[in-house]
Amino acid sequence: MQVHKYDVVIVGAGGAGMRAAIESGQRARTAVLTKLYPTRSHTGAAQGGMCAALANVEEDNWEWHTFDTVKGGDYLVDQDAAEVMAKEAIEAVLDLEKMGLPFNRTPEGRIDQRRFGGHTRDHGKAPVRRSCYAADRTGHMILQTLYQNCVKHNVEFYNEYYVLDLLMVDEQVIVDGETRIQKRVAGVVSYDLASGELHVFQAKSVVFASGGVGKVYKTTSNAHTLTGDGMGIAFRRGIPLEDMEFFQFHPTGLAGLGILLSEAARGEGAILRNSEGERFMERYAPTIKDLAPRDIVARSMANEVREGRGAGPNKDYVLLDLTHLEPAHIDAKLPDITEFARTYLGVEPYTEPVPVFPTAHYAMGGIPTNIEAEVLADNDTVVPGLYAAGEVACVSVHGSNRLGTNSLLDINVFGKRAGLAAAEYALTADFVEIPENPTLETEELLNRARSSEGGERVALIRKELQDIMDANVQVFRTEETLLEALRVIDTLEERYTRITVQDKGKRFNLDLLEAVELGFLLDMAKVMTAAALHRKESRGGHFREDYPERDDENFMTHSMAYKDPSATLTSGVRLETKPVIFTRYQPMERKY
Amino acid sequence: MEKEPASKVELSKDVAGGEIPTFDVTLKVRRYNPEVSDEAHWDEWQLTMYGTDRVLDALHKVKWEHDGSVSFRRSCAHGVCGSDAMRINGRNRLACKTLLKDLDTSKPILVEPIKGLPVEKDLIVDMEPFFQSYREIMPFLISKGHEPAKERLQSAEERDRYDDTTKCILCAACTSSCPVFWTDGQYFGPAAIVNAHRFIFDSRDDAGDMRLEILNDKEGVWRCRTTFNCSEACPRGIQVTKAISEVKQAILTRKV
Repeated sequence: MQVHKYDVVIVGAGGAGMRAAIESGQRARTAVLTKLYPTRSHTGAAQGGMCAALANVEEDNWEWHTFDTVKGGDYLVDQDAAEVMAKEAIEAVLDLEKMGLPFNRTPEGRIDQRRFGGHTRDHGKAPVRRSCYAADRTGHMILQTLYQNCVKHNVEFYNEYYVLDLLMVDEQVIVDGETRIQKRVAGVVSYDLASGELHVFQAKSVVFASGGVGKVYKTTSNAHTLTGDGMGIAFRRGIPLEDMEFFQFHPTGLAGLGILLSEAARGEGAILRNSEGERFMERYAPTIKDLAPRDIVARSMANEVREGRGAGPNKDYVLLDLTHLEPAHIDAKLPDITEFARTYLGVEPYTEPVPVFPTAHYAMGGIPTNIEAEVLADNDTVVPGLYAAGEVACVSVHGSNRLGTNSLLDINVFGKRAGLAAAEYALTADFVEIPENPTLETEELLNRARSSEGGERVALIRKELQDIMDANVQVFRTEETLLEALRVIDTLEERYTRITVQDKGKRFNLDLLEAVELGFLLDMAKVMTAAALHRKESRGGHFREDYPERDDENFMTHSMAYKDPSATLTSGVRLETKPVIFTRYQPMERKY
Repeated sequence: MEKEPASKVELSKDVAGGEIPTFDVTLKVRRYNPEVSDEAHWDEWQLTMYGTDRVLDALHKVKWEHDGSVSFRRSCAHGVCGSDAMRINGRNRLACKTLLKDLDTSKPILVEPIKGLPVEKDLIVDMEPFFQSYREIMPFLISKGHEPAKERLQSAEERDRYDDTTKCILCAACTSSCPVFWTDGQYFGPAAIVNAHRFIFDSRDDAGDMRLEILNDKEGVWRCRTTFNCSEACPRGIQVTKAISEVKQAILTRKV
């Protein structure tokens, strides 16, 4: 076991992690640990853009952006956080431009902007051009630009170091004359994929920026590596997870494959049609139609299919129609996604509509933080030294449904905030002593996976997990489907104790890696399902057919899921609630 | 004013699509694990695959159903993260972007690690020398003078000038397809030059001369023999050889 010592350790090297590293690395000794190489992170797959009220092409302001974000999240957004994000969006975009990001330009040479779902002028009157973009590869450009600037600032990366545990110690603190036990960060434990050795990183500050958990689903836009590790580590260590019932299904995944086709396609004028050739979004969102937020479009598509108006041999998808757009316009603004359609489905988007269906895309929930990116151990107690940003975190700026482009924004605004806060804290705080035997739990975890000879296959358990999540915890949910999902997950968990990992070596043992990842997926699927069961209403991305209305009286609250073995009815997940923060906007009916 | 598309259209019958066919393939993978043996060897599997499957799906099928020790990197699985560059039937490709049906499935499909970088295990190579060359060309915007309050201006034409080379995903398919790189590990290689190009031709950057000087080195652009392997290998369709030529030209004329 090797021990390293850094002021700040950042877990994850996607957009949030690298944005944090650029700030932290200039102020404090910083290491970035990633289970991939930084440029492989899934930020690079984001396409459409990053919204900011620059008003470069038409009137706009950050207050409208705040409102759209709050309404888009069906009023479950913490409004102080949304305000921070919309305000700082402008600087975040300009920061990226100054770092070198090659944005598309207006004829005057300014950053160009285009429409995106749910982003409107003057509180919903009409779509607004707010998304700053680089063709349909904005995420790629952000990832590359941030990596370039990490190289510029000599950020230290530990590539293919898989973080498996968070080290915290309990401290006695006196709050209002009362003695309380409080957690404080000591460091992390990581597994070096190349050598199979464990490395302990002692740190004053730890920033989790390890991304999402899309691989709990079968049909997903997410990378194979997005297995909820960061959320899982925190949860196992007693940190609650907030709003995990809210998972976004992106409307336009390539049918059967889940590969993302950006909402920018609809921003540039593409529309959805059913098997009858009808532009069905006119019925569901009469004002902004195909540019309604993702939860509404995804549900509308699923509904078309359920009512028999799906296209294709199995009538199980709808069509994204770009055929009325000029090929030159498509080439200039949407080159990558049209190539995806050609490569993977053999469809020519100039002349043929593209088969699409909702694909699991984004976790609105995650590790709870305040607007300083500090992690909360309950509704209001900060864990000193622990930060989270990006998809792994829940600030909450997305509430029950994230607007398109707001994730690239989130990682930049709150990544920066996390990096600054982590460095500032590290400059004043002392190191916390590493607990005795820091790798004990991690070694047990790895040894269990390595030595078990029960014959169960990791890939098969994972497939069955993804199948049940796709079938029962997708766009439409009921108590019955959710209970059934929990039951199946429990049996999968039992089988998981009997897996056999075939690769017995130390070097690049990715067979073992997948086994460990499956453990996190099972935990997160359970949390998501239990939280969905707990929320007996429909809001944003969470639609309960047995409770089809939003119920502000009982459920205008965040959910907080704690690991608790005594909560046997919900598979060891205890649900509590946390108030939503309101500043300007009172809840209204959400219509588009 | 933009024209609204029709509320309803007649769809052509072809839109329905058809059933996805299945077929059998033989996958041969170059195996190497120094924990077990110093010698590399080939392993082979017969697999039933679908028409939409890619080489990555075949590798996953092997790993998940037959032999869990087969090792390769992958992440996004649709050609944007650059993890799974490998030699497929002798050509550098991304496994996730190569459809099986586009290969000759009457013969075994050969999968090997990319060349010129030390093999760590099976299809995994040591990427560090590759990223070292990348870092040496100073792959970040360097601008002198005051930072503007808002964005720097750049015309659409100026932006177009370096558009092609911004697409690079650092997968190393180009560099590891280059015969010069195979024989001379010191050569910067196409990917580093592509990334230098991306900044040299960016109107906002002021360090073009420094980068040109770095690439004027004996291990720089002049080692390129314009064999076009790199352009053929690039999964992002970057015209790599053209970019290298433009850099050569810029070194000679000191004009970008």
